[in-house]
Amino acid sequence: MEKFKVLKAVAAPLPLVNVDTDMIIPARFLKTIKRTGLGKSLFYAMRFDETGAEKPDFVLNKDAYRNSKILIAGDNFGCGSSREHAPWSLADFGIRCVIAPSFADIFYGNSFKNGILCITLPQAQVDMLSAKASTGNTAGGAFTVDLENGTITAPDGAVVTFSVDGTKRNNLLNGLDDIGITMQSADKIGAFEDKQRREQPWLYQSA
Amino acid sequence: MTATTLYDKLWNSHVVTSDADGTTVLYIDLHLIHEVTSPQAFEGLRAAGRKVHSPEKTVAVPDHNVPTTADRLLTIKDPEGRLQLEMLDSNCRDFGVPYIPMNDIRQGIVHIIGPELGLTQPGKTIVCGDSHTSTHGALGALAFGIGTSEVEHVLATQTLLTKKSKNMRVLVEGKLPAGVTAKDLVLAIIGKIGTSGGTGYVIEYVGEAFRDLSMEGRMTVCNMSIEGGARAGLIAPDDKTFEYLKGRSHAPKGAAWEQAVAYWRTLKSDEGAHFDKEVVLNAADLVPHVTWGTSPEDVLPISAKVPDPKSFADANKSKAAQRSIEYMGLTVGMPLEQIKVDKVFIGSCTNGRIEDMRAAAAVLKGRKVAKGVGVLIVPGSGQVKHQAEEEGLDAIFTAAGAEWREPGCSMCLGMNPDVLKPGERCASTSNRNFEGRQGVGGRTHLVSPAMAAAAAITGHLTDVRKI
Ligand code: SF4
Repeated sequence: MEKFKVLKAVAAPLPLVNVDTDMIIPARFLKTIKRTGLGKSLFYAMRFDETGAEKPDFVLNKDAYRNSKILIAGDNFGCGSSREHAPWSLADFGIRCVIAPSFADIFYGNSFKNGILCITLPQAQVDMLSAKASTGNTAGGAFTVDLENGTITAPDGAVVTFSVDGTKRNNLLNGLDDIGITMQSADKIGAFEDKQRREQPWLYQSA
Repeated sequence: MTATTLYDKLWNSHVVTSDADGTTVLYIDLHLIHEVTSPQAFEGLRAAGRKVHSPEKTVAVPDHNVPTTADRLLTIKDPEGRLQLEMLDSNCRDFGVPYIPMNDIRQGIVHIIGPELGLTQPGKTIVCGDSHTSTHGALGALAFGIGTSEVEHVLATQTLLTKKSKNMRVLVEGKLPAGVTAKDLVLAIIGKIGTSGGTGYVIEYVGEAFRDLSMEGRMTVCNMSIEGGARAGLIAPDDKTFEYLKGRSHAPKGAAWEQAVAYWRTLKSDEGAHFDKEVVLNAADLVPHVTWGTSPEDVLPISAKVPDPKSFADANKSKAAQRSIEYMGLTVGMPLEQIKVDKVFIGSCTNGRIEDMRAAAAVLKGRKVAKGVGVLIVPGSGQVKHQAEEEGLDAIFTAAGAEWREPGCSMCLGMNPDVLKPGERCASTSNRNFEGRQGVGGRTHLVSPAMAAAAAITGHLTDVRKI
């Protein structure tokens, strides 16, 4: 996994509540066997019309925001299904950080596993950053998200601090893969199974 | 000893090891797999040269993508969908994972077949790359949805790296009035707590209303826990649960059965156990519910009217309601009962079990589907289909003018041939009314099977109690 230390990029405001995983990527684009290539389907229904042409009003279709790597979103972002295609499509588009008042649990976990930093901030701070993203970017400014120091710096120099869970932070900073970490506990997993086999033998009864 | 909740007990009994910050290696007893969220996980295993840790604790079945027409074995026209199905088959073969193919009577929606085959049992930890894994909590298992990276993690280690959620309790005392079902109960709960009301929690459902529900009804409730934002839903196992499981193909046998039941009886929240959040409803107050918008929390009693966005105190909610009403093509103040439907879908992991088929048949018996309304009834599994046909329900459906299909997710989500056309409106027994969920531009109203059948007859959303 790619490491995440400091991200300097344009932030796109998307102040909608309950943006669900079907909005992030509609189900018909899930018929893939790869993790990549989904960026073109990101926010499909909001981004494109029936003919497949871009909707000029949608934020990521505006010139100032085409290369956004940060999304400033609304409450309960990523609700709905467990499809990891949602963070895959965000990552493939280039989004590495989402800032919102709250996230749906599964989406939140999935994002970190794909190198996307989700930052939860109080609504007022999100609104403030969203407002700065709406004006600041057009002047060519970029936001800086510094995971090591836990700061977001807006184009005008305003600073907001944030914190994320220690393990998630550490894994992102070092680009660590969960499976490798867990496999270091193989002995403990084996011991758990031995104990379970003794205490709950029916779980090991072959059907 | 301190009093613990059912969730605490299930969690504690599966901790392999845990860090100071709470990050836990949690042992997984059953891993269910389907074609959509697994190919990338197997690809990852192959790339890293890893094996499946415990193939015998893993079961795969295709459901999301499969066509539901009788000719489905001959040809799957969509090349991408076909590739996903072929990949599942070959991945299972390569890694030694048990696989239930499309032509097997046991095939069906993954959350229907788990309990049906007795794979789902009280006390187990169960995961699947699908958010509606919460369904299995109806049997007292700790069950939740995971993403594909986690699918890969469980395949490789039979564990999950995760943190504990908080405890929430939903208490509903009293008896549900006639005509009010498990679906109405869970819709009312979501209406009350909102789609993020359960975020960060595992919900235990307690009280007479849940105890009285059949196992199928309990599954409907737990299924939609995720629509309330919760990681999982739980109902403590009781005699009804054991009765349901006894004799199922993967249920414990012989002396092991007695031993298992003795353990299962210990699976309940202790008196005085701490819950971080509690919500209380009174069953006697409940009525049939229906959604009007594009979020499951946009739900009201069938007797209500399309709400005015201005009536929402929160500015963001008001904006969302405005957007929903436009998308749904409704007018403010219009009685919900006047909303005409083009399609009716009865099925899905929420309401695709035998009891749901019976409830629909009870309304459709001897009646005709309204002119111009297309009705699709899709059993959740091959076994549900078989049983419904034994009981003659299929004949009732087809005589009424509905279509009776092969098992699968079908019109619950727009990724197989069963989709709504843009602008089409559907009374659906599924669980999500998101924009485009049932097909691009499709409009979804979530209802119970009886309410869906009532809408099929009248051609508009209808209070089934009037029929
Ligand atoms: S029936 Fe619908 S909700 Fe259930 S698993 Fe299938 S697609 Fe998901």
